[in-house]
Amino acid sequence: MSIAAEATEFSFPHRHLLGIEGLSRGEINGLLDLAEEAATVSRQVAKKRDDLRGRTLINLFFESSTRTQSSFELAGKRLGADVMNMSTGNSSMQKGETLIDTAVTLNAMRPDILVVRHHAAGAVELLAQKVDCSVINAGDGSHEHPTQALLDALTIRRHKGRIAGLIVAICGDILHSRVARSNILLLNALGARVRVVAPSTLLASGIARLGVEVYSSMWKGLEGADIVMMLRLQRERMLSSLVPSQREYFHFFGLDYDKLACAKPDALIMHPGPMNRGVEIDSIVADDARSVIREQVEMGVAVRMAVLQALARHLPNH
Amino acid sequence: MTMQAASTNQDAPVTALVNARLIDPASGLDQKGGVLIAGGRIADLGPKIDASAVGDAHLIDCAGHVLAPGLIDMLVFTGEPGHEHRETLATASRAAAAGGVTTMICMPNTEPVIDDVALVDFILRRARDTAQINVHPMAAMTKGLLGEEMTEIGLLRDAGAIAFTNGKTSLANAKMMRNVLAYAKDFGALIIHHLEDPSLAEGGVMNEGEISTRLGLRGMPPVAETIMLERDVRLVELTGGRYHAGQISCRASLEIIRTAKARGLPVTCGVSVNHLTLNENDIGPYRTFFKMRPPLRSEDDRHAMVEGVASGDIDVIVSAHDPQDADVKRRPFAEAADGAIGLETLLSAALRLHHHAGVDLATLLKALTANPAHLLGLDSGRLAKGAPADLVLIDPDTPFVVAPELLRSRSKNTPFDAARLQGRALMTLVAGRALYNYADPGSG
Repeated sequence: MSIAAEATEFSFPHRHLLGIEGLSRGEINGLLDLAEEAATVSRQVAKKRDDLRGRTLINLFFESSTRTQSSFELAGKRLGADVMNMSTGNSSMQKGETLIDTAVTLNAMRPDILVVRHHAAGAVELLAQKVDCSVINAGDGSHEHPTQALLDALTIRRHKGRIAGLIVAICGDILHSRVARSNILLLNALGARVRVVAPSTLLASGIARLGVEVYSSMWKGLEGADIVMMLRLQRERMLSSLVPSQREYFHFFGLDYDKLACAKPDALIMHPGPMNRGVEIDSIVADDARSVIREQVEMGVAVRMAVLQALARHLPNH
Repeated sequence: MTMQAASTNQDAPVTALVNARLIDPASGLDQKGGVLIAGGRIADLGPKIDASAVGDAHLIDCAGHVLAPGLIDMLVFTGEPGHEHRETLATASRAAAAGGVTTMICMPNTEPVIDDVALVDFILRRARDTAQINVHPMAAMTKGLLGEEMTEIGLLRDAGAIAFTNGKTSLANAKMMRNVLAYAKDFGALIIHHLEDPSLAEGGVMNEGEISTRLGLRGMPPVAETIMLERDVRLVELTGGRYHAGQISCRASLEIIRTAKARGLPVTCGVSVNHLTLNENDIGPYRTFFKMRPPLRSEDDRHAMVEGVASGDIDVIVSAHDPQDADVKRRPFAEAADGAIGLETLLSAALRLHHHAGVDLATLLKALTANPAHLLGLDSGRLAKGAPADLVLIDPDTPFVVAPELLRSRSKNTPFDAARLQGRALMTLVAGRALYNYADPGSG
């Protein structure tokens, strides 16, 4: 019944998934293999598995999210877990309860897995120190978003057959992006050549030390790229004068056919969503045949199933 | 005026500390000998003071350990008034005594802010009644530390404010800073400034660089500090006001200080013991006890700070003692309070410079005693006839492991949790009275 067949039995000696940092190449590949199977299962009529039967999964979202939360919910349900969603709107966090109090309270309800998103970097790790269950980071501030990086890698691997040696250009708001950080760590671990492309105001200090090539021109940064990964530009960045206007940003950093022509002809177009059509990506490019944006969403469920399965192996049985 | 705890204690018995290594950074003295104390002051000192020469005085055998002036800590936050659950003058002074600190200079960041004559008086009275060591309050240089209106610098100084500061923030308005420096100059008042350009540092919670990028935390670039320091140096040049940069933290700031001093400007600076012994890497997985302002910088910056102390370009070492309770520290890093306690570990942590960076004891102690005394116009901080008998007996060598639960501060936010330190205060005397004795657990 378990889709974690003996063939994909790999070592994943972690209680939590707090980030890509700290994962080995073997662990990442193991998760991707497991996710590949989950993707197959998810395309069948009978999607339901029992890996997490009797387990409780709580989605604890301190920051609003549609796709990540529903993706985890679906992944949990497909594996037979009982899933509960909590978000700040209806939690006592709004009544001044601290993060640790919330953690301790939830812990007392004996969940098996907590999926947490928080606006502060490190908050998920802090929470993980205070609970007995497994914790999955669904995004902490500008720090990490490990399942996003895993689903991106899975999508790439399905199309290109490999990660190693590919030129991946990550474009846009690098400074604030947890997606960029997790992707840089993961893609480097699997041997890709990673570039970041952004105006200097949206580059994080010392980013080159993370092992990336830095470009401030899209035309140059996309040259020969196998993968063009666009990031969402948050509109409030314009108010804080990091970018002068939407018009200027789109002109120099928005993905259109002119800039895309610099990449390899079969380059994949990716975006973690939600997209600002006409801001960081031309609408017609987003819907191009080379765009795998919708497949990323599908792989999101598969990757989250894989992560839940991997962590479930270490859950206590009595 | 200002309170010298127990200095009026004329009836105190004559005490003799003998068999010590006397180190007086002010005079350069470093020799074997003893100190004779009468009436709370140093009556005599030197090689001739030994057990046979002091008659029926109360005798303390120093067993060859270092006897030096008590430490003067120029940058201490307490929670009194307003946040006594973090620290009171009494608890801070017990921590200080256990760390060899005999005088502490308190920041005006309290509730209410110390910006009025009556509040300076309040601190002095509370210190007299509850604190074991000497306490001198700093006063705010702008009302409420808001940077808008100058305080009554002359009256506050007469009331006992030992220096003026804008607390944990920089005075962003350059014209206001110019006026404060110029006005304070007429009273000979010292301005102690925090260096942080508010727009450049906005939202920053640690040093800007590779580590902040890896952790996804907003960075505070060193330039936020240096721009403010450069500006201040220009204003000092314009006004002639006495200026002390409370804490510098990066190599570029040290260069600015060196240049200003070379030009003969009345500019001095301090550094916290944290910035001499720790760096941004210590934050590791979001450890909030290492969150402070200025933020811990790079290892290169730390080296520069050590060089600055060794060369004497950095005048003063402070603890930057800033007690914060668990509620405000056990939070996500960006949301946690800044600050670390340090009074009790100041000496031991500073001794790392002696053991690991080759800074000689006299140079190190000068930045903890004679230099702050000179800047603040105190008659302590030296071993000399007639000086207050504020003394510390130091074992510079014996190693120990810091146990936060044993620290006397009411808050336990030490970045030296479980740190291996070497050397400590064995005995602390204020006005000739032994307040702390390491060998006697009942003291302090």
